[in-house]
Amino acid sequence: MAVRKARHLTLEEGGFALSLTILAFLCLIVAGRTYDQVLAFHAVVLTVAMLAGVFVIFRRYFDEVNQPAPLEIDDRPNYNMGPVKFSAWMAVFWGVAGFLVGCIIAFQLAYPALNLDLPWTSFGRLRPLHTSAVIFAFGGNVLLATSFYVVQRTCNARMPGQISPWFVVLGYNLFIVIAGTGYLLGVTQGKEYAEPEWYADWMLTIVWVAYLLVFLGTIWRRREPHIYVANWFYLAFIVTVAVLHIFNNASLPVSIYSSKSYIVWSGVQDAMVQWWYGHNAVGFFLTAGFLAIMYYFIPKRAERPVYSYRLSIVHFWALIFIYIWAGPHHLHYTALPQWASTLGMTFSIILWMPSWGGMINGLMTLSGAWDKLRTDPVLRMMVVSVAFYGMSTFEGPVMSIRAVNSLSHYTDWTIGHVHAGALGWVGYISFGALYCLIPWLYGRRNVYSLKLVDWHFWISTLGIVLYICAMWVSGIMQGLMWRAYDSLGFLEYSFIETVDAMHPYYVIRAIGGTMFLIGALIMVYNLIMTALHSEEAESASEPNSGLVAAE
Amino acid sequence: MPLFYLKSTIEKTEGMRPYTPLELAGRNIYVREGCYTCHSQMVRPLRDELERYGPYSLAAESMYDRPFQWGSKRTGPDLARVGGKYSDEWQRDHLIDPRSVSPTSIMPGYPFLMDKTISARGIEDHLKVNVVYGVPYTEEQIAKASADLFAQAQPDSDAAYEFEERYPGVLVRDFDGDPTKVTEMDAIIAYLQMLGTLVDFDLYDEKANLR
Repeated sequence: MAVRKARHLTLEEGGFALSLTILAFLCLIVAGRTYDQVLAFHAVVLTVAMLAGVFVIFRRYFDEVNQPAPLEIDDRPNYNMGPVKFSAWMAVFWGVAGFLVGCIIAFQLAYPALNLDLPWTSFGRLRPLHTSAVIFAFGGNVLLATSFYVVQRTCNARMPGQISPWFVVLGYNLFIVIAGTGYLLGVTQGKEYAEPEWYADWMLTIVWVAYLLVFLGTIWRRREPHIYVANWFYLAFIVTVAVLHIFNNASLPVSIYSSKSYIVWSGVQDAMVQWWYGHNAVGFFLTAGFLAIMYYFIPKRAERPVYSYRLSIVHFWALIFIYIWAGPHHLHYTALPQWASTLGMTFSIILWMPSWGGMINGLMTLSGAWDKLRTDPVLRMMVVSVAFYGMSTFEGPVMSIRAVNSLSHYTDWTIGHVHAGALGWVGYISFGALYCLIPWLYGRRNVYSLKLVDWHFWISTLGIVLYICAMWVSGIMQGLMWRAYDSLGFLEYSFIETVDAMHPYYVIRAIGGTMFLIGALIMVYNLIMTALHSEEAESASEPNSGLVAAE
Repeated sequence: MPLFYLKSTIEKTEGMRPYTPLELAGRNIYVREGCYTCHSQMVRPLRDELERYGPYSLAAESMYDRPFQWGSKRTGPDLARVGGKYSDEWQRDHLIDPRSVSPTSIMPGYPFLMDKTISARGIEDHLKVNVVYGVPYTEEQIAKASADLFAQAQPDSDAAYEFEERYPGVLVRDFDGDPTKVTEMDAIIAYLQMLGTLVDFDLYDEKANLR
């Protein structure tokens, strides 16, 4: 073999091979010694994955043909789009999986027999699977794909590393598999949106540090003097999520051979840390990251510059400074001191301003291109997404007011609010980005069928409207029924009567969710056909500059 | 961050004690099955909630809760004060088939809890990790954790006497009505039946922690 060796093993290859081997060995020990079956299963999966990684690294190395990819070809950056393609397709896959589980649990609430009375299929285990699948698996992969694409294009530079970008995307998706199978098998921390147990948390921490380094490395070697605003948003998202993740998941495992851990914080402190995390997961994962998508993909698709670059900078700083304080509004009237929840409420209301500043900036980018809404359903999807962003960032501050919250908290109103943001804002901006990204990545002129995009848009929009209206009605009704008194001064309804009253709305919600899923399935077909059969764009038709259009 | 030293959040309240091994195991089942996705454990100081559920929850009442289970959604009712509200038989039947006692309930059934015997493996480690965080388990309580785990659900055993000395005033019953084995059903009912019962609100002085 040594004769064929054309180059030395790079530090990156050697480092990854060595660390993966050591970690695989550790996992193997854990798998052999634990009495915890789920942990044993996960340790075996991790061992196999890591050894496969080592195998691939060495196969690449001994493969004579393989040389490190050049940074530039003909004085143009040689972008690394492999990991972007992978994440984009994983986003499509996890999106459909997450929406499907969402539909299942929606029907379970309407028809409880669907829980099947089995541990692995009951609502309590599937609900974290749904939330994690849509937020972290679908949303996370969209963010990985778009951030790697945008940072390379706007910095005019190839991502650093041969192995690292693949380590990030593969490691992240493996983390999702570990976390998701864990929920089904009953391994959970029991903290909303932070359910993965200690070993999955450690895994994510390592992957996330690699992600940050790859992202920063690309910015470091940029050939554009300016760092485009989308990259600021992505960077805030990556850094803040790292901090949130570490603090909210600080825990000690019962032993290294047990999947169970106990969190450092208890009771009211845990509640505060959890909702500081929980609200900033919305603020930095589901907002800052997706605003970066808005700031790149809407101008590109509309072929117009951002309405106000100054506003985008103000938007950025105001948003990140204010969001971080808003968490305690989830804990009104609880055992958290009132001053803390008042502080959260105040910042939540102030937050309305930067949110709408961002919305206006996104919408006004279409100045002079509004006619495209008629002809381009992809752009329409993204614009409606920004409108939903505006709507839910108005609804949010209203719900954070203590008096409103006393009615809305614990009810379906919250669920409706979340889905207005999740389906409308995050979902649509992601679909829009995917409809742009897949043709670009495969050198296609456009998506396979704009007609199908149109169908996707209308079916899922109707679905969202059904969903959020049903939840508004049921949530407000539920809140009012709980506090209703009869003429003699007794509580008017028993709890179970309020549950009965929800049934029709749960059915409508489940139908709305199913329509959203059907829309996503149409997208899957459309994107696959785009990659396989769509008309090719003329070569080099895609210029390098971040703000010039694709065609 | 002030939450870690302010008196109102770290108040000492009469009656609070760490969970027994069986209650802790029950709590971990509660967490494992994701009960918190539909049930809150936080009674707010609002008139209808005080009448429906009982006295509002104090910060001290969740001082040993890792993780906290205040929840964010009431698809089902609040459980902060469910302890003692229903009989063990009702709880068991309800968990096996919620619609047998509440015909229009939408809760999933958990019949499998009846079949799974509780495992004492590593239970000492569970207590030890809590001690690291300052939970006042005694050395004796840690050493006898696995015996205590079973004793609480076997009221006629000799171990039950010792258990009652280590954890005075705790419910010792055959929670699931099956004397042949100690199951996960025993554990979760033991946990549910103590929820919100530790602080005696006839004696609680709500002014004590003001300054």
